[in-house]
Amino acid sequence: MASTKGILGRKIGMTQVFDEQGRAIPVTVVEAGPCHVTQVKRVETDGYAAIQLAFGARKRVTKPMAGHLGKAGIDNARNLVELRMDDTTDYSLGAEIKADVFAEGEIVDVIGVTKGKGFAGGMKRHNFKGLSATHGTQRKHRSPGSIGACATPARVFKGTRMAGHMGNVRVTTLNLKIIKADPERNLLLIKGAVPGPRGGLVMVRNSIREARRSGTKKAV
Amino acid sequence: MNPTDLVERPYLKDDVPEFGPGDTVKVHVRVVEGERERVQVFEGIVIRRRGSQLSATFTVRKISFGVGVERTFPVHSPMISKLEVVTRGAVRRSKLYYLRDRVGKKATKIKERRQA
Repeated sequence: MASTKGILGRKIGMTQVFDEQGRAIPVTVVEAGPCHVTQVKRVETDGYAAIQLAFGARKRVTKPMAGHLGKAGIDNARNLVELRMDDTTDYSLGAEIKADVFAEGEIVDVIGVTKGKGFAGGMKRHNFKGLSATHGTQRKHRSPGSIGACATPARVFKGTRMAGHMGNVRVTTLNLKIIKADPERNLLLIKGAVPGPRGGLVMVRNSIREARRSGTKKAV
Repeated sequence: MNPTDLVERPYLKDDVPEFGPGDTVKVHVRVVEGERERVQVFEGIVIRRRGSQLSATFTVRKISFGVGVERTFPVHSPMISKLEVVTRGAVRRSKLYYLRDRVGKKATKIKERRQA
């Protein structure tokens, strides 16, 4: 398998398509790329190896931004995201990356920021069952119940699952299959769900598990 | 238009006949047995249609050897080689779940719609 590769995209939404056997496959449609390599980081100069990918367009580009992008020969980008890898020799500054970096059937990971749910209770956040709807329960139907013992240990243990902020975190969904790649329309069809809202930024990267299995790459 | 419509379009069939709940239909289903492929006909009453675009499905109910059998198909499924409407039924609701509680002759009888 080839070295690390990835592409930035925008989640468009979910639908389903039929495969050759006539089965309906749930897919997420991602508008992927075209991306440009705006910086190649090397171990000798930067201490680690990575490429910086640019995706999308802004209404106004600031001067510092224009200068940075100008080095790669492009004039606009909305998002700049780095992709770590062991070896960046495959990539050159300004190179274009389109949806055809991935082929049908390839296994990928998708990285995105989940929908923010705000301050959420135990039932939503940790799938607690809540208390009984009847049997005399008063004003406690969605409470988490007991959070520990009494005089021993006389405190609540760290890490006890309770209410709090939920969502709006970076999540990587591993091992999703590419159902179709359409470089003309810049679309990727990925089996299953990916993190984030419609319109959210996602990064599609070749699967690290798959790379480890084929023995070409150490764990990231 | 939904943003995913462009993806769905090539999968949509353009030869789906007009049909709805109450209609008796013949569904020609492709059955793959190992290497061989043949067509099986499932005939019954449409008791439900739901969804839109590519995710639309319909359910056909028939009484087979005294046992009620229901099969749900995606409207645009490639497994359906042909869909024939046998009769049009005159019904007053969109989901004919009341047929499930019926026994005997009444379970399969639906008044035919008078052609306008």
